[in-house]
Formats: sequence, structure tokens, C-alpha cells
Amino acid sequence: MAAPPTTVTEQKAQATDSTSAVIVFEDVAIGFEGKQVLDGISFQLPRGETKALFGVAGSGKSTILKLALGLIKPDSGRIQVLGQDVTAMKEEDLFELRRNVGIVFQESALFDSLTVRENVAFRLLEEGDIPEEEIERRVREVLSFVELEHTVDMYPSELSGGMRRRVAIARAIVSRPEVLLYDSPTGGLDPVTSNTIIELIVKQRDVYKTSSLMVTHRLQDAFTMATHRFSRKTNHMEPIPKGERGEVPMAFLILKDGKVIFDGDAHELAASKDPYIREYLS
Amino acid sequence: MELELISPAEIIKEKIQAVQDYAVLSGRAIANLFRHPRYFADMIQQADLIGFGSLPIVVLTGFFTGAVLALNSANTLQRFGSLSLIGQLVSVGMVRELGPVLTGLMVAGRNASGMASELGSMSVTEQIDAMRALGTDPMKKLVTPRTVATVVMLFFLTIISDLLGLIGGSIVSTLLFGMDAHQYWTSTYQILVFQDVFTGLIKPLLFGFIIATIGCYYGMFARGGTQGVGRATTQAVVASSVLILLVDFFVTKLLISVFGYR
Repeated sequence: MAAPPTTVTEQKAQATDSTSAVIVFEDVAIGFEGKQVLDGISFQLPRGETKALFGVAGSGKSTILKLALGLIKPDSGRIQVLGQDVTAMKEEDLFELRRNVGIVFQESALFDSLTVRENVAFRLLEEGDIPEEEIERRVREVLSFVELEHTVDMYPSELSGGMRRRVAIARAIVSRPEVLLYDSPTGGLDPVTSNTIIELIVKQRDVYKTSSLMVTHRLQDAFTMATHRFSRKTNHMEPIPKGERGEVPMAFLILKDGKVIFDGDAHELAASKDPYIREYLS
Repeated sequence: MELELISPAEIIKEKIQAVQDYAVLSGRAIANLFRHPRYFADMIQQADLIGFGSLPIVVLTGFFTGAVLALNSANTLQRFGSLSLIGQLVSVGMVRELGPVLTGLMVAGRNASGMASELGSMSVTEQIDAMRALGTDPMKKLVTPRTVATVVMLFFLTIISDLLGLIGGSIVSTLLFGMDAHQYWTSTYQILVFQDVFTGLIKPLLFGFIIATIGCYYGMFARGGTQGVGRATTQAVVASSVLILLVDFFVTKLLISVFGYR
């Protein structure tokens, strides 16, 4: 499989120009019921990169994803997604932007009264102008991508937790979005199923070069993503030889007390002397 | 367990916020009728669920209300030798008041709770957020079709309820009190004037709007897991029932001041 187009270092250089970044947070703050959750955070997600967001429970990781989608508005600061300022957009205009952004919710959030086919096809059906045959073809294609083609007529309640998560990924990628947001995609899953989900995320990153933000509690998942790439030959994720690891477009962002305390790649993270990060890694 | 004290100012602020949220939801439910996309298939599906699904309870309510109205009034009317007025009493009572209000209350019990629990479950499991994230406006997709379907179907359900009430009254009058069926039906028809029919048919439109918007409001704003959904369901039935009775009073008063007493 071909190596990803740019290295992390190159992408970081590009990121200084906000036009190359698909998501830009500038001094964003938000609080709920008197508690400050995010306190002036700034970061960028360069095109093609996957950034893993870490932090203790309640540190505002999922809030960042909801802010990026415009599902909630910040108290202050600016958020740009695909060059558009979501903080200044009306809900009506946000629907159009959201069609280019896919999200996988923490608990999958599949529509429980719809079948897998209807769930995955939801966005395409809403477009209104896509022929039925095309919708069926694309639904089959993404379900085959997540290896769940046989579940097409089943309801979410008939699927296991891992299968639901994979259907949620299929639903998120069916419209070929430019950006993907994953909210704890492996949370509550067993190691084998988690690995399957991570493999799908790596496949999406390496095959379709989709930029993504991934909230996770599991450091090992992010490190797997930083040290593996997807092979089209074997149709599986495989380890990257040590000398080539920097080429994976993977970055880490750590939150503490509403602030970003680390934003860098795996090497920088491993080399960090910050006591909190050392404790987090241990 | 410690009980948290909330200041009166905070409570008032919360109530005002709730009224504002409800007003916005109601306004958008109407405004979306003039915006694309319009979900006709969802409207038909909801009309089937709300209209056809409520038919048995509406038929039973209407029939027995008319029957009991005839039964109760017959005794008094008999004392004055005016049993022939029974049709008029049932007719005016059902068409002006009991048909719309009781149908509204029955549909509120069945559908406001259904909407609140369905949308509430979607809300607490992030399905509403997922819908927004997928580029679909939940107000357009979920609230407007339910509102249109409830308003339209409650209108027809009320007509059915009125008719069944008159039939119930007719059965009681003829079978129990030996009244002539032709006389009964002639009197029920002749007593009604435009004002009665207008009053009786304007109310279900308002009640339908109340039922759907209240049900959707409590569903969309449900928080706190399954317990929150249960709370939203109860509140939706209570609030819609109370609002129906309040609005009924004020609309009746308004229409009387417009048309005058009969």
C-alpha cells in the first residue's frame, strides 16, 4: 500500500496556514451550569490527519466534537470547519455543512426504529435526488467496508455493541465526508472488537485519506493507529517498520482542566517530560 | 440525601425559558410548512398512527358520552314532559363541547404521551443529535409532520365522535324511552346553527396543535435517561390536558362574544 501523502512534520508546517486545516479551534471556551469545561482551547486538524483527543472523564472531549459540528455553541472563541465559521452560522446553514462531516457517537445513536439499511441510507435518502439503485449500491458498499453486509435488514437491537458501532461508522462514511469525528468508538468493547473498530478507522484514514478527530480513553488504540497502517493487499492493518513511523498522519491532543496541555505526534508524546502526561502514559 | 434549594428567581427563569422554548418549537412547526423539504410520507404515516390508531377509543368515548348524556337528561326532561328535546340537548352538547373536548383529551392521553416518549427516547439516546449531525432538521422531520397529522386527524376524529355521540343518544332515546327515531334525528339536525358547528370544529384544530406541540416539546427536551422520558411522558399528558381545558374555556368565551348567545 502506498504511504500516506505527507509526514506529520510536513502537515504541521502546513497547519500554520489555517486554510489547509479542516478544523480550527481558536480560543474556544464553554461552561455548563457554572462549571468551565473548555477554557480557551486552540488547535488545528490538518487535512488528512487523524488526531486522538485524550483527557479524563468530563474534560470536554465529546464537547469538542459537538462544538465542531455546531450541535452546541461556545461561550466564546471561534471554530472553523472546512473553512466555514460554525460559531457564526445559523442552524439552517449548518445542516448543509454537516453533510460533509461524519460522526460516530459514543453509544452509536442508531435510529432504533429503522433497519440497518435505512440507518446507513438515512443521509442519502434525505438528499432526495439520489436514485434508489445508487443508494442501495452505496449502502452495500459501506456495509461491505465494515464487513456487515449480512445485517442489512436487521434492526439495531438485534446487533451486538461492536456491530452497532460498525454500522455507525458505515452511516458516517456513506456520504464520503471530508471530516470524520469519532466519539469513543471503542468504549465499552472487548479488545478483539476494539481492534476491529480501530482497523476500520485506520482503513478509512489510509485508504480514503479522511481527516478525523477521535475521542478516546484508550491510549493503546491511538498508539496502534500511530504504529500501524492499512494494507490493501492483505485487507488488514499491519505494523509499520520503525523507521517509517513518522509518516503516519496521526497526532495526539491532551486536555487538562479545560486547556490543551499537549498537541503533537507520537514521538513528541513519548518524549514529553510533563509529569501529568508521564502519569497519563504510565 | 440532601435536598438542593433552588431560588425563586431561578425557578421563574426556568419557567420563562421553558415557555420561550415551547414558543420557538411551535413557531418553527408552523414555519416549516412553508420550507423545503416537506416530509409528506412522514405526515401520512403519523396520520395513520394518530388518526386510525385513535379511532377505537374515540368511537367508544363518543358513543357512550352521547348515550349517557341522553340517559341523564331524559329523567329531568320527562318530569317537564319535554322528552322530545332530548335530541336537541345531545346534539348541542356533543357538537359544541363534549365531542371536541373529550376527543381532545382522549387523543392527548394516547398521542401526547406517545410523542413525548418516542422523541424523549430519541433525545436521551442522542438520536436527535445524530439526526442533526446527519444534516436533517428534527423540527422538520419529527415535529411538523406530527403537528400537521394531529391537527388534521383530530378534526375528523371529532366529527366521528360527534356522530357516534348522536347515535348513542338515539339508541338510548328510542330503546329505553320509546322515542321516535325520526323525531330524534330531526330535532338533532334542526337545532344546530352555524355557530354551533363552527365552535365545534374550530376547537379540534387548536387542540390538535396543543397535543402535538406539547408532546413534541416534552420529548425533544427530555433529559435524564429513562426516568427523564417517563417524567416527560407524564408531563406531556398533564400539560396538554390542562391546556385543552383552558383553551376550551377561552375559545368558547371568545366565540360567544363574537357570535353572541344562541
